[in-house]
Amino acid sequence: MNRNEIAMDYTTLANGLKVVVAPDASAPVVTVGVYYKIGFRLEPQGRSGFAHLFEHMMFQGSANAPKMQHIKLINSSGGLLNGSTHYDVTNYYEAIPSNALERVLWLEADRMRALKVDDENLRNQRDVVKEEVRVNVMNQPYGGFPWLDLPPVAFRNWANAHNFYGDFADLDAADLADVQAFFKTYYVPNNAVLLVLGDVKAEEGVALAQKYFGDIPPGAPPPFADPREPEQKEERRGEVEEKFGTLPAMAVGYTVPERRTTDWCAMALLDQALHGGRAGRTYRELVLEKQIAVEADGGIDDIFGYNGPTQMVTRILHKPEYSGEKTLAAFDAVIREIQEQGISEDELNQLKVKWRSDYYSTLEGGRGGMPRYGLMHLLACFTLFDNEPQLVNSILDGFLAVKRDEIQAVARKYLRPANRAVVFRAPAKANVKEAA
Amino acid sequence: MMATRIAQLPTEAPALSPERPVTWPKRTKTRLANGLEVILAESHAIPKFHGQLSFRSGNAAVVDRGPGLAEMTATVVRTGTKLRVSRQIEEDLRRIGADLSSSAGADTTGIGFAGLSELAEPLLGLVDELAREAAFPEPEFERERRQKLEEVKLDRTQPSFLASEQLRKVLFGTHPYATVAPTESQVVAYKRSDLTQVYQEFYTPENALLVMVGDFDTAVMMKSIEKTFSAWTGKRPAIRTTPEPAHPKGRRVYLVHVPGAVQTQILAGCHAITRKHADWVKIGLTNSLYGGAFNSRLVMNIREDKGYTYSPRSGVHALRQYGYFSVSAAVRNDVVAASLTEMFYELDKLRSLPVPEPELADARNYLSGVFSMSLATQDGLLSQLATVALNDLPDDYLETYREKVRALTPADLLATARKYFDSANMQIVVVGDRAQIEDQAKLFGDLEIHDAQGQALT
Repeated sequence: MNRNEIAMDYTTLANGLKVVVAPDASAPVVTVGVYYKIGFRLEPQGRSGFAHLFEHMMFQGSANAPKMQHIKLINSSGGLLNGSTHYDVTNYYEAIPSNALERVLWLEADRMRALKVDDENLRNQRDVVKEEVRVNVMNQPYGGFPWLDLPPVAFRNWANAHNFYGDFADLDAADLADVQAFFKTYYVPNNAVLLVLGDVKAEEGVALAQKYFGDIPPGAPPPFADPREPEQKEERRGEVEEKFGTLPAMAVGYTVPERRTTDWCAMALLDQALHGGRAGRTYRELVLEKQIAVEADGGIDDIFGYNGPTQMVTRILHKPEYSGEKTLAAFDAVIREIQEQGISEDELNQLKVKWRSDYYSTLEGGRGGMPRYGLMHLLACFTLFDNEPQLVNSILDGFLAVKRDEIQAVARKYLRPANRAVVFRAPAKANVKEAA
Repeated sequence: MMATRIAQLPTEAPALSPERPVTWPKRTKTRLANGLEVILAESHAIPKFHGQLSFRSGNAAVVDRGPGLAEMTATVVRTGTKLRVSRQIEEDLRRIGADLSSSAGADTTGIGFAGLSELAEPLLGLVDELAREAAFPEPEFERERRQKLEEVKLDRTQPSFLASEQLRKVLFGTHPYATVAPTESQVVAYKRSDLTQVYQEFYTPENALLVMVGDFDTAVMMKSIEKTFSAWTGKRPAIRTTPEPAHPKGRRVYLVHVPGAVQTQILAGCHAITRKHADWVKIGLTNSLYGGAFNSRLVMNIREDKGYTYSPRSGVHALRQYGYFSVSAAVRNDVVAASLTEMFYELDKLRSLPVPEPELADARNYLSGVFSMSLATQDGLLSQLATVALNDLPDDYLETYREKVRALTPADLLATARKYFDSANMQIVVVGDRAQIEDQAKLFGDLEIHDAQGQALT
């Protein structure tokens, strides 16, 4: 396990920009990321979907790199780029041959310094985003299920409960003033971390960060709305109509303990016990044994990547001959068993080995052809949420220390009806008839 | 405006510094006495390894016995062996921190696996057991068949699935590649004995390739592999001849009607080439310029300029016997005709005018850079090594790929586009609500309309 120690340099520039450099010269490739500590959770009220729309605007031009230039410069250097909006962070990242490192830092610094976009750019990306929502949600069987369906049922605070992809009316209402205000408020160096991973020397990475980002003026500390939820007293339920799919679906979400607590570590292993693939209890009971469901999966999504209320979610597609209530009862029996019997030492050991193995894969895993995405994501989140990127080397210990009785205890404490929300997504009538 | 800033940063992008050489991963290639071909490469980033046991036969080889039969066989393989029941297999995998999948495509069946280096032997043992001693328990078969039935129903509610199913049917006609998935009644007709027959024919060492990449010592791993797989025997299956694919002439339009669709999935394609063809690298670069990269002409046109779509792309799909080229985008219903017009405009432009040298230089850099990057993770390298071996490409394919890309000229691309981007004979599929798009679709050729189940509509 020592072989997996990630070496890194962590510094903060005078303007507040955090910089993490993790050298690894095994291939002449560098992954660069800039993470801003703002996601869709805390986007402005009345502007649902804005954090994501804004992410698109960051590719539309900056002071010295007009529209298209950013993408063109990176692709033509032999590199790939992308960005994504999450609950509590938004990232921009590139993987490039290491001879293009300075070019990429220049581009990222240029768009951190000044965004240069116009109404035409905004109209264009609003159209693009609407097609993104259509292709992923509105024109897709089970689109947005359950990541967009559960929050409005589960949560009461607008921050956690709104439509993160955005109501089209809100997207239409967004204007350039919103874009510049959001940029000025949240896209300041003192609200960001720069990551340089791969074929770079530590001192070189820090010096280049200083050279390209050092003179960007800091902003006022961004205001963050309070994302906490009022106490939940009873189970919450909702229904959504499925427009295209042929099977009834349901999702159950339990709000998870605060991150980096002992309960949170135990909950993560409990999640593995319930949702760990075909060996997981939910799949085993509902799909393999009782054969009520066709799909049963889920878990705590991106467990290291959120910083506010979140849920462990089970997603079930079941056979039409079973009612939603019957299916839920079968799921409840799975939960009850673990609450009453706990788990065996043997099962706990299996869970831990699998968790450790999965964690290594997270560290090594790429995304969209870009190596080191997983390592970058963890380093960034641990820096922005905990000011401690080194957690990447020690966080595993907490999970490997979980005891049997702690798993049973969190099952009893958190897997209660009063801590959960259930959404039923049944196919429209016409739909079922057509499939029959 | 009046203040002068000192220590100015450049207002132009910095130039590239000298390139560092790519060191190619060392591979060890061998063949065991029973015929099993083995390729190993070390990669020590994490204390894990990735592996894939592939068989050089897939759904296409048995399509006349039942579409999707190789896939169904692969699904049931993991549900029981002579030594372990389904639940035991799944728990044993978790016990050693491993992941395993089994599936089949048109040409290949594969068992993919990944696990901790310290627990490699038990994982190899299980893979061998699945390849040699799968038991196909009757109840597991029945359950998986029932699952498959729901799965094929769900597939036909997916716009992108419906589009590719229709395109393959049109491009390949009576060739097995025409079928991408079984119908419900074909699933109902599967028999357990069909599966065991496929298993006996396909899952043999002479038909197999084992590739492993990861944190291990090659010599030690090779010993484990020999020990584990040496008892396995079996011949390569007979290769059956297949009918020639259809070569549709003239543009035709196929509309798959999905009532209430709020967007239209466009997919257009024509025959192209396989990876073994001498023009493969050329078509790859031409495609990357057309719609294979973010910076490509198609993306810049219909996304960044016009905002018609989020996800336009083009690609060359190489099956073992034949390949095809396709372009796709999910677009707003009122710009179906406009989007197709731009897709063809960009195709015809590549067929008419030489690509300017600076644009070509950018595309060459892109393709060679991205190619090197794909080798930087264990599973990325694994997939490259398996692709080379399964397509019988030369051993130095990876090493020479980038210099081949860099040698290409505007004249090469013009010739390639003219030869393979056959815009006059592209077959066009649109999946959407006919009331919204029929008038636009029929502007591009004779129109046929089907429902999601493949029934013709008038």
